[in-house]
Amino acid sequence: MTTAAFALLLLATVGACLVNRRAALAIRGRGARLHSLAGFHGAYAGLLVAVPTAVLVLLWLLLEGPVIDRLVLAGLPGAALAGLDAGGRDLVLAEIHQLALGHRFGTPAPHALEAAARLVRLREAAGLLLLLAVLATAATLAFLARARVRADFRARPRAERIIAGLMVFASAVAVLTTLGIVASLVVETGRFFALVPWTDFLFGTRWEPQIAIRADQIAGAGAFGVLPVFLGTLVVTAVALAVAVPVGLFAAIYLAEFASPAGRRRMKPVLEILAGVPTVVYGFFAILTVAPALRDLGALTGLAVAPNTALAAGIVMGVMLVPFISSFADDALAAVPRALRDGALALGATRAEAVTGVLVPAALPGIMGGILLAVSRAVGETMIVVMAAGLIARMTVNPLDSVTTVTVQIVSLLVGDTAFDSPKTLAAFALGMLLFAVTLALNVLALAIVRRYREAYD
Amino acid sequence: MTPSAPPAAVPLPPPRAKFEARNVHVHYGASHALKAVSIDIPDRTVTAFIGPSGCGKSTFLRCLNRMNDTIAIARVTGTIRLDGEDIHAPAVDPVLLRARVGMVFQKPNPFPKSIYDNVAYGPRIHGLARGRAELDAIVERALRRAALWNEVRDRLAAPGTGLSGGQQQRLCIARAVATSPEVLLMDEPCSALDPIATAQVEELIDELRSQFAVVIVTHSMHQAARVSQKTAFFHMGELVEHGDTDQIFTIPRDPRTESYISGKIG
Repeated sequence: MTTAAFALLLLATVGACLVNRRAALAIRGRGARLHSLAGFHGAYAGLLVAVPTAVLVLLWLLLEGPVIDRLVLAGLPGAALAGLDAGGRDLVLAEIHQLALGHRFGTPAPHALEAAARLVRLREAAGLLLLLAVLATAATLAFLARARVRADFRARPRAERIIAGLMVFASAVAVLTTLGIVASLVVETGRFFALVPWTDFLFGTRWEPQIAIRADQIAGAGAFGVLPVFLGTLVVTAVALAVAVPVGLFAAIYLAEFASPAGRRRMKPVLEILAGVPTVVYGFFAILTVAPALRDLGALTGLAVAPNTALAAGIVMGVMLVPFISSFADDALAAVPRALRDGALALGATRAEAVTGVLVPAALPGIMGGILLAVSRAVGETMIVVMAAGLIARMTVNPLDSVTTVTVQIVSLLVGDTAFDSPKTLAAFALGMLLFAVTLALNVLALAIVRRYREAYD
Repeated sequence: MTPSAPPAAVPLPPPRAKFEARNVHVHYGASHALKAVSIDIPDRTVTAFIGPSGCGKSTFLRCLNRMNDTIAIARVTGTIRLDGEDIHAPAVDPVLLRARVGMVFQKPNPFPKSIYDNVAYGPRIHGLARGRAELDAIVERALRRAALWNEVRDRLAAPGTGLSGGQQQRLCIARAVATSPEVLLMDEPCSALDPIATAQVEELIDELRSQFAVVIVTHSMHQAARVSQKTAFFHMGELVEHGDTDQIFTIPRDPRTESYISGKIG
């Protein structure tokens, strides 16, 4: 029935569009000057029919289930629901739904069978009703639109206004979703801070979150100090940037200024493939190749290297970030006007002097943008560190030691038993909030730096 | 402008050829942009290159400081001598050549740096100054020569890109002058400027002639007549004729030159 409703909607839209277009063409055929092109008359009719009818169908589908459920429950004899709480009611309802699908478990009560039959009837009726409603709405709107076709009818601005409305709706969806995510983070973080003081969270130096959720579990008492976890993220990020920034920047300078056009054509796609490698694959690479290599190197030099080092995760993450930095920097360098390059060369600068003295400073806003984007990626990167970094939080800045990161902890808190009244689970939201705040601050900082630089020199 | 009333600059100093170009050809990929150009460019004189768009005048200008080297598809043949020395000789470093032969471009192209750093850029990369005081002096002298000092003396730390178009072009001239070149090449230096800024730059060119050989490419025949003592007319990649500006503009030898300066071609 839903499919039929959508088919009807599509048919009505196309029909109204064609009818109005033809009507407008007919008016023009009689020698009148149309205010809007016939196509806009058609588009206006199509939009006028499609948008409200689609909203109707979507609202209907959203509300149909709960309304029918309520009707079915109301039709049950009072004894069937007596003394049941919300959970019990849901169980009764679930049984009726299963019966309606033809799945029987044991011998169902006669009132349940009766309710299942009623559920089926109600659904059929609702489907028919939906079809009728769509037909009525679409027909009314189509006639309304058809009645408006006149030579001086301003179909173009009206159609454009409807389209503008749709665009506003689309951007509102994006914005509202973001706001919803932030709101849920804030609420859950608030609940966490009701259980654990925020000072303990922000300034505590011990992170032992695996506390008992059920009474029969054996676990530690718990400590929720985020500092060691955050320090781990910082160490990994620092290692990643130490790899990615010089490599990415030099690669970009080589590609933009020194590579032959043929070499550039071949190398750029290869570099960009790096950005397409799934992070899980980088994870393998970190645990299977880089970490053992580092351990062997440590054994040779007598350094104590942990099996899950921040260094291994950071190096691999740095490799992952190289294409970000190089492609931003390459674009920024390529966007520097040729006149500046020529100006420097004409003053007797070598190409290296032109790059360091003029081109890189001129491209700095773009380069900084790429670097800060890479920082945001590094802070939020999960898969590589889940695979290659450790789980135990330590207060250390030694990259040869095992560290854990904010993202790893979020994953480990939400894997396995969860309970949304335990600080263990809620801590994940607090960590998420912290991560969000840090990334946001970095982005704001990036924008501010770029804008300040632009104001000074453009 | 008649032959009986030569410009005030006469008597000219005995013209010693700064540049001698012989049989210079330039190819950009498959197109033959410049054909068999031979010309002497005198020192301490303003030489104007005129001609319609695409005639090769800028191409030839870019040969003089080997800027065509920076274009991958460009190929230059023939001989160009600066003070008798072949600029394409293996021993000649184009980077050092460009320090001797400065260039000012069509569109003002100040670096995104402060006014001071723009002018100091050349002296810094060539190590012309020992210490800050000496660099300050070079910058001030260059800005004075470019007639810009009085306008920017109080804001040397301000970005060069914040100046007006005419000021930016004079800043670029100051930047070129700061490395103490022997020749100044100017590629349509006034085409992006308003009439007042143009007049200032033209006046400046006339003063620069006392220290440098100046070569200016221009679209405007009036500008060529105003600022130059020698003129070379290019057409379709050929050097049609060259000689004293007065002669070119009054009694051109070639019919093509005559049609161009009377506005029939170009």
